[in-house]
Amino acid sequence: MLKINHLQARIEEKEILKGINLDIKPGEIHAIMGPNGSGKSTLASVLAGRSDYEVTGGSVEFMGKDLLELSPEDRAKEGLFLAFQYPVEIPGVSTTNFIKSAVNEKRKYLGQEPLDAAQFLRTMKEKMKLVEIDQSLLSRSLNEGFSGGEKKRNEIFQMAMLEPKLAILDETDSGLDIDALRIVANGVNQLRNKDNAFLVVTHYQRLLDYIVPDFVHVLYKGRIVRSGTKELAKELEEKGYDFIKAEVDQELA
Amino acid sequence: MQEENDDILEQITSSEYKYGFVTDIEADEAPKGLSEDTVRFISAKKNEPAWMLEYRLKAYRHWLTMEEPQWSNVEFPSINYQDIIYYSAPKQKIAPDSLDDIDPELRKTFEKLGISLNEQKRLTGVAVDAVIDSVSVATTFKEELSKVGVIFCSMSEAIQEHPELIKKYLGSVVPATDNYFTALNSAVFSDGSFCFIPKGVRCPMELSTYFRINAANTGQFERTLIVAEDEAYVSYLEGCTAPMRDENQLHAAVVEIVAMERAEVKYSTVQNWYPGDKEGKGGIYNFVTKRGICAGAHAKISWTQVETGSSITWKYPSVILKGDNSIGEFYSVAVTNNFQQADTGTKMIHLGKNTKSRIVSKGISAGKSQNSYRGLVSVSKKASNARNYSQCDSLLLGDKCGAHTFPYIEVKNNTAIVEHEATTSKIGEDQIFYCNQRGIDTETAVALIINGFAKEVMNQLPMEFAVEAQKLLAISLEGSVG
Ligand SMILES: Nc1ncnc2c1ncn2[C@@H]1O[C@H](COP(=O)(O)OP(=O)(O)OP(=O)(O)O)[C@@H](O)[C@H]1O
Ligand SMILES: [Mg+2]
Repeated sequence: MLKINHLQARIEEKEILKGINLDIKPGEIHAIMGPNGSGKSTLASVLAGRSDYEVTGGSVEFMGKDLLELSPEDRAKEGLFLAFQYPVEIPGVSTTNFIKSAVNEKRKYLGQEPLDAAQFLRTMKEKMKLVEIDQSLLSRSLNEGFSGGEKKRNEIFQMAMLEPKLAILDETDSGLDIDALRIVANGVNQLRNKDNAFLVVTHYQRLLDYIVPDFVHVLYKGRIVRSGTKELAKELEEKGYDFIKAEVDQELA
Repeated sequence: MQEENDDILEQITSSEYKYGFVTDIEADEAPKGLSEDTVRFISAKKNEPAWMLEYRLKAYRHWLTMEEPQWSNVEFPSINYQDIIYYSAPKQKIAPDSLDDIDPELRKTFEKLGISLNEQKRLTGVAVDAVIDSVSVATTFKEELSKVGVIFCSMSEAIQEHPELIKKYLGSVVPATDNYFTALNSAVFSDGSFCFIPKGVRCPMELSTYFRINAANTGQFERTLIVAEDEAYVSYLEGCTAPMRDENQLHAAVVEIVAMERAEVKYSTVQNWYPGDKEGKGGIYNFVTKRGICAGAHAKISWTQVETGSSITWKYPSVILKGDNSIGEFYSVAVTNNFQQADTGTKMIHLGKNTKSRIVSKGISAGKSQNSYRGLVSVSKKASNARNYSQCDSLLLGDKCGAHTFPYIEVKNNTAIVEHEATTSKIGEDQIFYCNQRGIDTETAVALIINGFAKEVMNQLPMEFAVEAQKLLAISLEGSVG
């Protein structure tokens, strides 16, 4: 589904991704961990097509297409979803209307009729239950004045509405209370099927108790330096990054 | 990243004006320039009674003693008042008795403008008066309206048919001597609309006037007068466009509103005069005086404006709150792009007791444009318990444009509560990217964001125009973030 091959990217002359390789197949869940500033959000942004970042090398194939050739909106409509680490506020635009535009833009792209008001409402009701989000939140301006946890939950709700093929969750668990964490994880698990995949960026093993990954990768200094199963996450939880850092720095030196 | 952002802005701000066509209609014109003869020519063309000519001449003589105002935050090359044609009427073989008799070229013009003068509007229930260059060419729904006693006709017709009303109210809110442009307008105004809603009548439909400047080198000086007697209600909408021309054209209109006891007048404008090209060449100078008076207790006047056009706009729709407990409102969205300059706002003059006013101004600037809010809230000595709330928000697209706020407050009664809030924000690249990531392209994203920003004002527009106005906002900024 997603094949990242020696991807390199920089921002303002600063090299951040230094050759990422990653292969994600339908039905899989991959977790990415790594110390602050190692390039996790950068990787997510580059995949989503943020123009601040310049891709300086490598290639990315998504559903058989050259991802890097597509505009950010086309990537989204092809089925790539990014749950932002810091969701953006748009005053005056109701969350419901925003999601409706998004859903219908995607349908248009896929050659489907737009959902009418009744159909949209029905789908919305269904997905609202899934992530236990309140109607009152959705009639407010997009993310405006939402608490940190509400913003994250709204991201997962949008994901549920858009049914992406590949969802990248950038620290969706940060700032969530225990209940919200369980709800978000539940949502992900229910949306999970053999045709879609998830790339979950997190700092905490805790989330991975709920969303059980098939693979865990450690990103450090712009490279994936270790890959393993969920046991790797447990090891990191116990030992911290120091042992990996030491090994890698030695290899690099 | 900044450069990229600028590129994007460049693209959206570079869209074309869509109403810039010229209609090939023969016109009956006054010779260029302004003199007593011009004033007499216009008055004679319209077969006006002597009192009207007197009114005009007095205004003209006063104008000669005045100087063009220089105080607002706009810059423009000086206007040569001798180089303007003050009267231009589309030539029609006979005066139209019904809409079917209207020159097909004119009809086509209105179709291009998206205004249908016949059945379509019948369905939506909006009565329309259309003014091209200097004269009113068609007013619809007159009969239906007259059944309930509502008068809705062109100003020329009103001068002929309802001289007592015109004598009583014309210039009663905006005297000819008020300012340079009102004096000019009072001397040479050629047409406009007149509405009269008698006591106790709720006007059964929206009334609307479309103004269009067609002929070259003409100025448009229209005059609108709305009178709502006790407990009357009317909602009125004005729309305007002009062809694309390289030279600047002057539009100096006057609008007067009188609301008596418990009367309510809602006046909405969607102003889309030609703004000039991307280099700032051409476009309309829109110097307009709009003022209403809440003459009786519990009267209410509400101005809503969506200003997207004109190369320069000077306009401060005002309310004189004379009646006790009267209410004045001003809701404005002003969009400037490329080299446009807008200096707009309102004056709320509190004279009566317990009077309230509310000001919501949303300025959107893109390109190299300048957008200023200039407002006055004045509370007189006798106006006890006056309340004002003002909110002025500015949204910037890019960093070559400017937004300015000049709130003036004069309070002479210490029971008054006057509140003012102002914010300035930018459309962020992160907002646009967020939309993109949800499959929404940049143009749609910008439209979404600005409509969200302007929502409070758009909500005040009559339903059928709100959708148009939303599209217009998007079109005016098309290409400015991209
Ligand atoms: N606009 C920018 N200009 C310069 N450096 C930047 C910019 N954006 C990101 N960086 C740098 O790129 C590096 C990677 O940042 P990134 O946000 O990808 O880290 P992360 O792994 O997501 O960290 P965290 O765990 O704290 O979220 C950091 O050193 C950051 O400071
Ligand atoms: Mg991050």
